[in-house]
Amino acid sequence: MAELTLPRPRRLRWLRPGARGTVVAATVLVVAVVVCLAVPVLWPLDQSAVALDQVGLPPSWAHPGGTDDLGRDVLHRSIYGLRVSLLVGVIAAVTATLVGGLLGGVAGLLGGWPDRILMRVVDTVAALPHLLLGIFIVAMLRPSLGAVILSIGLTHWLSTARIVRSELLSLRTRPFIDAAISGGASRARVLTRHLLPHVLPKIALATTLMVPHAVWHETSLSFLGLGLPPHLASLGNMINDGQRSLLTGAWWASIVPGLAVIVVTLAIAALSARWRDHLDPRVRAELDL
Amino acid sequence: MSLTASGIHAGYRGRRVLHDVSLTIERGETVGLRGPSGTGKSTLVRVLALLHPPDSGHVTLDEQRIRGHGHRVPASVRTRIGVLFQSPRAAADPRLSLSDLIAEPLRAVRHPREQITGRVTDLAERAGLTPDLLDRRPHAVSDGQLQRACLARALAHDPDYLLCDEATTMLDASTQAHVAAMITDQQQHTGMGVLVVSHDPALLTRWTDRIEDLNTETAR
Repeated sequence: MAELTLPRPRRLRWLRPGARGTVVAATVLVVAVVVCLAVPVLWPLDQSAVALDQVGLPPSWAHPGGTDDLGRDVLHRSIYGLRVSLLVGVIAAVTATLVGGLLGGVAGLLGGWPDRILMRVVDTVAALPHLLLGIFIVAMLRPSLGAVILSIGLTHWLSTARIVRSELLSLRTRPFIDAAISGGASRARVLTRHLLPHVLPKIALATTLMVPHAVWHETSLSFLGLGLPPHLASLGNMINDGQRSLLTGAWWASIVPGLAVIVVTLAIAALSARWRDHLDPRVRAELDL
Repeated sequence: MSLTASGIHAGYRGRRVLHDVSLTIERGETVGLRGPSGTGKSTLVRVLALLHPPDSGHVTLDEQRIRGHGHRVPASVRTRIGVLFQSPRAAADPRLSLSDLIAEPLRAVRHPREQITGRVTDLAERAGLTPDLLDRRPHAVSDGQLQRACLARALAHDPDYLLCDEATTMLDASTQAHVAAMITDQQQHTGMGVLVVSHDPALLTRWTDRIEDLNTETAR
């Protein structure tokens, strides 16, 4: 009888077509984070300094991203802006997840009338355009990082609340929860030992999927003049300021911060999507083939 | 000494499934329960296991009338009634290894930690689960092995009553025999009352002392 031999994997798993994008996205994100952390230490920026003798210079060795209409280095400020955007993106996404997780958790665990009331609140907030609602919240407060975070956090908790609620409602009716209750488990034990461990990975995934959206929101609010004070570097502020330079042909003043938003948010979105696929056993089975 | 359901009316969201159903399981006896699909056998098991509230009627455990269901019933009362569900896959938390699955009821009531390992080993041995299986998670074992682990879990508290909701339906003949033997063995040692819900007339005739019918007249 012929000997049965299994085909050897021809390429390493992480080099396969699906995984190559993940490696690129992870590299981009790591480089972005390292640069954001290192640059302020190695090459600090005086945010209010202007250099009127260097206005509108195109990209060169001295200024790789060119200079803006006030003679400020565009790449240097973009890195500072990216730092703010990532920080706001992550904190706002976590805030939104906490709000959504808490409300969705209460609705899913209690069911009945608390669930009905909370879900009507979700429907009502979802019916409002969330950018307008975010603008309304931030307009009532003084322009600051905290206001932007609060505005994003209070308008983006809906999807997390829905995910947590539906997961809990479905888990609660599963026989293994009945078995736990029948075995003597207290409410707290059922929650911490059997419900949360199933919900937490999904909450974590929802948070990472929200980060690029929150970064985009921070940029939009700053672009509309509702984010950080104008002299502070933020990607939205810079793209807004860059519009004026476009008329004089200085495209780099808005393109460089714009690219930073696009590249970093795409990298985070790609990694989140990959993680989501990894959590889905059906997709995982295909990925591991 | 018995587990009794008296005049139970029960259902889901206004849809009545059980209509004036009464059933008694004496300690030490094995009662069979049969009936066509949709007559509420599983609902009756859930009511008896104190997991589902009846719309009217009540459950009595050893002459003590039980009020409430689920967590409203003290753990010391809930643990006197063991349940073995039809699908071991659905009844096992996919994150737990088989040994954690069996130990879970003991940990839930803060059983002394040093005794848990010995108890789990004993239960697993009686269920015919070899030590290498105990580290595996549900997805890495067969339905039969998982159902035996679920039975070990259901017997962890040495319950006074065991409710088997079509618990052997999905199993092959040898695993069915093993499960039935383990339950009978426990019954002989502790005098536990057993309810066996099944569609299989041969199994009910062979295993049970008497058979109750749940038909469409009592269930609507």
